[in-house]
Formats: sequence, structure tokens, C-alpha cells
Amino acid sequence: MKVLLSWLREFAPLEGSAEELGDVMSDLGMAVEELTTFSYPGIIVARVLETRPHPDADRVQLVDVDTGDGEALQIVCGAFNMSAGDLVPLATTGTVMPNGMEIAARKMRGQLSNGMLCSAAELELGVDGEGIMLLPADGGLTVGGPLDAQLGLAGDALYDLEINPNRPDAMSIAGVARDTAARLGVPFAFPERSVASTGRSVHDSASVEIVDPVLCGRFVATVVRRVEVGVSPIQRQLRLSLCGMRPINSVVDASNYVMLELGVPNHAYDLSLVPDGALRVRRARDGESLVTLDDVERTLTDDDGLICDGTDRPIGLAGVMGGADTEIGDTTTDVLLEAAWWDPPSISRTARRHHLRSEASARFERGADPMLLEAACVRFADLLGASLDDGVVDERGELPWPRDVRLRTARVGTLLGTPFTRERIAELLEPIGFASTEVDQDLDVTVPTWRYDSETEIDVIEEIARHHGYDALGRTVPRSADTGALTAFQQDRHLVRDTLVGLGLDEAMPLPLLGPETHLDAGLVDHRPLVLLNALTSEESVLRSSLLPGLLRAVRHNESHRSERVGLFEIGKVFQRGIAGEDLPDEREHVAVALAGRDAADAKRTLDAVLGAVALPGAHIENADDLGGLHPTRAARVLVADEEVGVVGEVDPAVLERFEITGRVGWLELHLGRILELPHGEHPYREVSLFPSSDIDLAFVLDESVGADAVERTLREAGGAEVVDLRLFDVYRGEQVGEGRRSLAYAMRLQAPDRTLTDDEIATIRERCIAAVTSTHGAELRG
Amino acid sequence: MDAAELLDEIGAAESEALASVEAADDTEGLAAIEPGLFGKASTFGRLKSGMGRLEPEDRKQVGRALNDARTRVTGRLGERRDELAAVERRAQLEAERMDLTEVVGEAPVGHRHLLSQTGRRLEDIFTGMGFQIAEGPEVETDWMNFGALNFADDHPARDMQDTLYVDWGEPESTLLRTHTSPVQMRTMLAGGPPIYVVCPGRVYRRDTADATHMPVFHQIEGLVIDRDITFADLAGTLHEFTRAYFGEDIETRLRPSYFPFTEPSAEFDITDPRSRTGWLELGGCGMVHPNVLRNGGIDPEEWSGFAFGFGTDRLAMMRHGITMLRELWANDVRFLRQF
Repeated sequence: MKVLLSWLREFAPLEGSAEELGDVMSDLGMAVEELTTFSYPGIIVARVLETRPHPDADRVQLVDVDTGDGEALQIVCGAFNMSAGDLVPLATTGTVMPNGMEIAARKMRGQLSNGMLCSAAELELGVDGEGIMLLPADGGLTVGGPLDAQLGLAGDALYDLEINPNRPDAMSIAGVARDTAARLGVPFAFPERSVASTGRSVHDSASVEIVDPVLCGRFVATVVRRVEVGVSPIQRQLRLSLCGMRPINSVVDASNYVMLELGVPNHAYDLSLVPDGALRVRRARDGESLVTLDDVERTLTDDDGLICDGTDRPIGLAGVMGGADTEIGDTTTDVLLEAAWWDPPSISRTARRHHLRSEASARFERGADPMLLEAACVRFADLLGASLDDGVVDERGELPWPRDVRLRTARVGTLLGTPFTRERIAELLEPIGFASTEVDQDLDVTVPTWRYDSETEIDVIEEIARHHGYDALGRTVPRSADTGALTAFQQDRHLVRDTLVGLGLDEAMPLPLLGPETHLDAGLVDHRPLVLLNALTSEESVLRSSLLPGLLRAVRHNESHRSERVGLFEIGKVFQRGIAGEDLPDEREHVAVALAGRDAADAKRTLDAVLGAVALPGAHIENADDLGGLHPTRAARVLVADEEVGVVGEVDPAVLERFEITGRVGWLELHLGRILELPHGEHPYREVSLFPSSDIDLAFVLDESVGADAVERTLREAGGAEVVDLRLFDVYRGEQVGEGRRSLAYAMRLQAPDRTLTDDEIATIRERCIAAVTSTHGAELRG
Repeated sequence: MDAAELLDEIGAAESEALASVEAADDTEGLAAIEPGLFGKASTFGRLKSGMGRLEPEDRKQVGRALNDARTRVTGRLGERRDELAAVERRAQLEAERMDLTEVVGEAPVGHRHLLSQTGRRLEDIFTGMGFQIAEGPEVETDWMNFGALNFADDHPARDMQDTLYVDWGEPESTLLRTHTSPVQMRTMLAGGPPIYVVCPGRVYRRDTADATHMPVFHQIEGLVIDRDITFADLAGTLHEFTRAYFGEDIETRLRPSYFPFTEPSAEFDITDPRSRTGWLELGGCGMVHPNVLRNGGIDPEEWSGFAFGFGTDRLAMMRHGITMLRELWANDVRFLRQF
């Protein structure tokens, strides 16, 4: 919402610099997003005397202008929209333009240019349109006079304010002025306006029927006569332009001017095009259509509000946009002016349904002031210098007023942290229109009609805080009675992350949104990913069900930028369709590791490091050839008891090919959320022995089907507590052991915490281990 | 031999012994001659046994001379050993000389993602201030994300324009959370006040990726509900956090604003930590709206509270002068390994 300081000052004597006043507005919750001041030293009003072609260039022309002395001054100009007699802004030599450019006399293709004719954009006046800004010949401007003073801009300031949805009042110049004046403690008043009467009764020419009283809370209609459709005064055009509305003609401009000034959107119909001046307000019928002012035919629903003429023909989409049929034309002399209050939720729905957010709907959505409708009509006629029929047509539907709120004085203090007296509260509320009367220890507060948003005690407390000033409410720090700490889960997640970083891996963070085919490309054929209903691009339309695709893309990205053998990990959520009927789909937290240029063995070692860190009893793996996306002969399930909690191995070469990755990729993905729910994290103390240890080596020949991890478990069980270290140091396959068999060689370190083991004890343990492995696994001791 | 002769011989033996000590040119050579210096077969040994024949008075004198000579030789021997050892150690060290400027290459250290690091710093500060860390699902119900938080049905934020909906359950009943506020609601419903939590996490908006927008980003929100919590408590808590995170010279201010789930609501500005001048809008905050407390099963007459929230990706970017938001998500190790 753009407001001009000079316009605000028509409502209140706001003292202070533009910056100071901007700070006040920001502090009241009307944040100044941009502040523009206008000062154009060196820019004057000039009159075009003659335009001539440039002898050596056809993209520019020569313009002779009069700068007040009657002499012709030659300017070279790249625009062609002016002709003799036009008034234009001229930046004389030496002028520094708003963008910092300095104007100097210079030759262009051999012709001297003694200044620059300016477009509105170059003057940062916010007016759109091509070419040089044409000033109105009949605007009372003096040729040679300074532009800023003549346009009334000298010393003015334009604020671009961010207005929140709970500030319907601040959607107008008057409302911003009221709020600012209240903070500054200066009076606010609407200027008196009076217009001539036509001597005729409005009731003879206009009537209104409200069919749906919820939709339309109040409808005021007046008849404005002896209107001349022409060009608005330059100052009015400028104000409209600067505040973001394009000047159209005097009648449309007046209508918009009233809307900006008072926050009352209104609509001017050509009275002659509305039979009997009769208007009817109702909801549309499903499928009914209307051509709006923007020449778009709109198909309506029974939730849209309509303004119809007396024959029930739709002529406007209530509160959003007028119809094309009754538009003001050049020949319009009598205007039927509508000013109404529309139900905010209805307008909001209609504007969204038709993607038609207008200046009007933005105001009606927040809630316009229903008690300012007559004043708006008067102001409209006043701006046009026109006459009004006597009286107003004033039909009422349901208005959510009057509104009274009981305000507990004590409550204000306990919520804001500063005690407030009733007197102080009343003093803060009165200037913004919240009248209050004392009831017992408390106050009954009447909410003004320009504050549709304000309904309950807390709304009024917010107003008190706002006008008292947030910064004046002080600072205290509450202390929790509990100790702040991470949960066990959060600590363990850090542990896993730190473990992986300790292994030299870099933490990645790929986007969790994937394309429709990405899961299939990654070989996750049996996954049931969740699809987004309204994704912006198809490449971000599916939620990942695994961390695999994202990390593979990261590997691919790095490989393509010549960073090979990257080791990446990620901790993040994955999603799948869950159990039908549940509120939410399946969402899990995973951790995954991608080791580019490394193999399944490296992945398995990474798994062991993670499992070692979280200490997950019963965790083991089972080789598997059916894991989606993983290498058919180099992958395993990670299990706890019989529950699958992850996978480890290598990525399927076919998948790597589709992701354009060369070389192997070791892969580990664990359901971290589940693992950390299972019993884990016990690291019992084992005494560090001070006695000598003994090493023995044992090699067994076994069938390939016997897992090395099973042999290791057997050895540990058989060996007992004295086995302090056990390592598989050699695997041999070949003729010596036979087809389908292999040799596994283990180094075992034996040690007791309280004594040196004797040779006999060591021999006994060795025999126990050999017996266990040979009997349990059908192994032979290899000599 | 009489005493005088013995004394002469002692002098000669000392000179001889000292000469052999000096003659040794490494510690090994020195060690080789050492046993020969004072043994029975040595000159000193022989002289010592010759002493027995002397008069007691002479024996005393010669014995003292002999001891003194031995002490001097032993002393010199020790010095010589140290000298030679030092020379040898120097030679050894010289032989091991390395030019460390030739050694280049990083030890294989892994890196936590910049956003993880930011998250942990924030956690540290808030746990230090007595907060717990609460988490919740990223796919949420419309009720948790909007309805329970006092968003009216026709609130513009619920527009399909801004929110990514998920194909689950009734149409538009399930979405990717647009803020971490549903975690606040879940915390309220999971257990009553007092509540002191922050809710960090990933949130989603229907945005096209560019320099300053991503469809996915990170937020942290705070929620305090206790008896007699005031607006001043909100201002003080944010101030304390800001000082802890950004530095003691950073100022804070609150400006009136609007959010459906808080009232009074405020924008939360801090001194721009990059330039130390001007204000930077950090986030939103306010007193928890009575309707939200009620939806969370909490009586607003008995309890009050405040909430705040801000984006954390920008904090990481500001800290390191990163201008492209996309970098955070590209996973280029040339980026990841910088932090």
C-alpha cells in the first residue's frame, strides 16, 4: 500500500521528517518497505515548439523547446510521442537525475543536445507508459517553472507500506493518517466536503434491493449529475500514479481516488445504461456468466455475489470487479455511484476462485468501513465538481456491528508484562476509535467499524500494545524449571553423524523431491512413493522413499566435476505410502552412505563402525540377491533378530549406468529411527588386563554357504571371555580346498584379566574352538 | 717404587688415559676403551696394587692422588661421552631432515553439512537456555499445519499456490508442512505445560528454485507456555538468544505484525550482523493465540505463552557470505569441505 505524505497531512498535522514519520509507521506495524522522496533540482516544465528529424539518425529526433524565455533550445530525443505545444519535463544541463546520471550538453551524431526530456520512469514517478511524460496543457503549469514545485511534489514523500491482513483501517490514506496521528498525539479529522445539490431526490432515479443480506451488509447508492468525462488534474493523476493506479479518465480517477483516500471501493455506472437506476444484489446461479471490465467472460458459482440491474441482468461481480456493459464512457453525464459493504469471506473466496485480486477485493477482504459509504459518495462528487441528488439510497443487510468487547484491565498487564491503568488504556484506544466505558474494574470497549478484524479481548490488547509501543514493554527472561537437553535419540543421531564424519565422509543434503521416474531409475521397483498433487515441476513431484537416488545424484554431480571417490552420507526422512486409513503416510528417518570408487567391503566396514558406535546387540547381516537398487551378488540385509533395519553392499551396476556413474559405489542405508528405538547403546566396561596375551591362528575349510560371521560367533562363544580379539585375516579359495569351499583364517588373541594364561589353558581353548567350528559348521581344520 | 715414583706414574697414567679418551671418535669407540681404563690389568690397577708396599703416610698421599686422577679421568670420560653422543645425535637428526613444505595433502577428515553445523549451534544455545528440542513429521495433516493454528479456511496461506499437497487420504487433507508450527501443536497435545521447546526442521513451500528460494528449507521455532508468561518474556528471550548467537553488540527490536497463531504478533528484527548497521528482519513471533492454546488442550485463562520462528538456512549463508541458496543443496564436495 502506497501513501503520500502530503496526502496524509490533509487529515492530520503530522510533524517531522519523512524518515521520522516512516519510523513511526513501521513501529505501528505498517512496515515501510520503501521510502521515495521527490526533489528535481534542474528539471523544469518546457513547451515543445517544433519536432524535426535528425539529419543523420533515424532513431532520434530533434526537439526545439521553449524554457520560458521564448527562445528555441535544441534537444536530441529518442522518443517520438510529443508534438508542438506539448508540455514536457526537461532536465537542464547540470541536472543530476534520480538514478545519479548527470545531464551535460553533448553532441549526438553531430547535433547538440542541451538537456534531456524525461519520461515518468526516469523521474521515478511510478507511471507506466512509454515515451516522454506529457504534462497537461491545461494544468496551470508555468513554462520554465521548476517541475517539483509545480506538480506539488517538492518535499513530498512516498511510502510503500506493508499492510497486514488484520489492518483493514490501514488500507486507506485516512486510516494510515489516523493511526500515525494517534501515536504522535495530534488530532485527526476528515476534511469537510460539501457539494451542490441537483434539487432532485435520489429516490426518483435509483433503487436498491438486497436479496442476500449476508453477502451485502450495506449498500449506498447516489446519483451524481453534470459529470464531464475528461482528464483529471495533473496532481490527481500523479497521486494515483504514485499510489499504483493508472489514470484513466476523470470519473474512473475520482472513483479510485476515493478508494485510496477513504478505503471505500466504489463503482460508477453510467446511469443511462442501468434501467430505472435499479440495482439488485444476490448470489449468482451456478453457471451464470458475466463479462467483467477486463473483457473476460467469467462463469460463476452460487457462492459468488452479483450486482444486477432491475431486470436481474448481472452488471458487476460484487466487491471484485464491475461489468463491461455499464462502464463509464466518453458521453456519460450522469453517474449512479455504488458504495457498499461486502461480506469479507465471500469476497475472498470469489477473488481467489476467479484469480481476480483487485484493489477493491483487497479492501473488502479485510473489511471496509461500512459507515464511510455516504462520505465516499460526497467525496466522489466533490472531486468531479459535480452535483448530487438529494438523499441517499441506503439499504442494509447484516452488519457485524455494533461490537463490544469486555476488556479485563488485569489481563492486559499479565499478558503484556507491564501494568496498565484503565485511564492509560482508554487514552491509548480512544484516538484509534476504540471507545471505552468503565465497568467494575474493567472496560467495555466498542470496536470501530473500520476494524472488522477486531473481535475479542486479545485483539484489543494487541491494539494497546501496538500504541504503547512494543519496545516500551520491556524484556524479561522466563526460566524453565526443567533442564534443557537433547533426547537420547537426538544424542545418538549426533553420535552416528560424528562417527561417519570421523570415517572421513562428507555430509550431503540432496533435495528430497524427485522426478516421476527417479525411483525406477534407482532400481527401487517395489517402493510405493508419495506423489505431490500440485508440484511446480515434474522433476520435483515425488517424495523420496530412499536416500539412494539423492546421494547417487550427488556422486554423479561430483564425478562430473572431477571430484572422484567421494564418500558422502546423509541423515534424513524418507516417505512411502503407508497404511490406508491412517492420518499420515509412512515417514522414517534414515542414514545412508555412498562410497564412490569403493566396494561392498568398504560399505560393510562402515556399517560395523556405525553399529559399533550405537552398540546394537543382535545386529547381523544376511547376503541377499533381491535388494532393489543393490548389486545382485554383493549386497546384504542388515537384521536385528529377524527384523530388517537396513541394507549394505554395492549399488547395482545397471543403476550406476542410468545415473552415469563410472566405477563402483559402496552403499549402506539404515532405518535410523528404528535402530535407535531398539535396545542399544550399552558399552559395558571390560577390565584392561595387565597380564601378557597370547596369539593363536586357526584356519578352517568350510562350505561357501557358511557365513564368516557365523564362524566368528562360534569362535567367540567357544573361546569364552579370554578371547579379547578375533580377526579374519585371510580368505583362500582354490584347488587346495576344493570347489564350493573356502578357507577362513583367524587370528585370535587370548588374555585373562587376572593372570598369565598357561600353555595348558591356551591349548584347551584352542581345542574347544576347533571342536566347535568343525562340529557346528562341518569345517575341517586346515593344517 | 717409592711414593714419588708412584706419583709420577699416576700422572703419566692419567695423561695416557685422558689421551685415549680424547682419541675415541665415537661413542662406540669410547665404550670399547672404557673397560681397559681402570681394570686390574690397567695402569691404574697396577698402580693401585703397588700402593700396598708404601708407608701408611705415603699410601694416604698416593691413594688420594690416585683417586683424584681416576675422578678426573672418569669425569672427562663422561663429558666426552656426552660430547660424542651430541655429535652423533646431531648427525642422526640431520640425516632425518624433512622439508615440510614438500608435504601437502589433507588428512581424510569428513565434514558435517553447513546446515547441520548451524543446527547444532542453535541447539546448543537453546538447550543452554533450558529448552528441549522437539521434532515431528514433515508430511502433516491440514489440521495440524493450518486449522489447529487458527488459520481460517480461506486464509491465503492455505492457497494451493503456496502449499505442496500430498496424494494421501482425502484431497488436500495431507501436505508437506509449510512451517514447523505443527510440532508446537503436537508438543501441546502430547503433554501439558510448562513447555519450553524449540522445533527445528525441514519445511516446504511451493517455490521454484532460484538464488533465494528453494522448495525446501529449514526453520527453527520456539514455544514457551507457562504460568504468567508475558510479552516482555518473549522480547527478553529473543534478545538473550540473539546476543548468544550473533554477539553482544547486536540489538533486537519487535514490530507489530500479523500471524493467525499469535496475538499480539511481531516481526523480530536484529542489527544486521554483516554490516553492524541497519536492521535485518529475522523472523516472526508473538503471544500464542488463545484459540491455538485451546486447540492444544490448554486453558488460556490458566496458561499463557509465546512462540517465535525464523529460517536457519539464511543464518548459515550470512555467516559465511554465501549468496547462492542452491549451493547448500548441490552437494559439491568443493563446497561441503569448506566448512
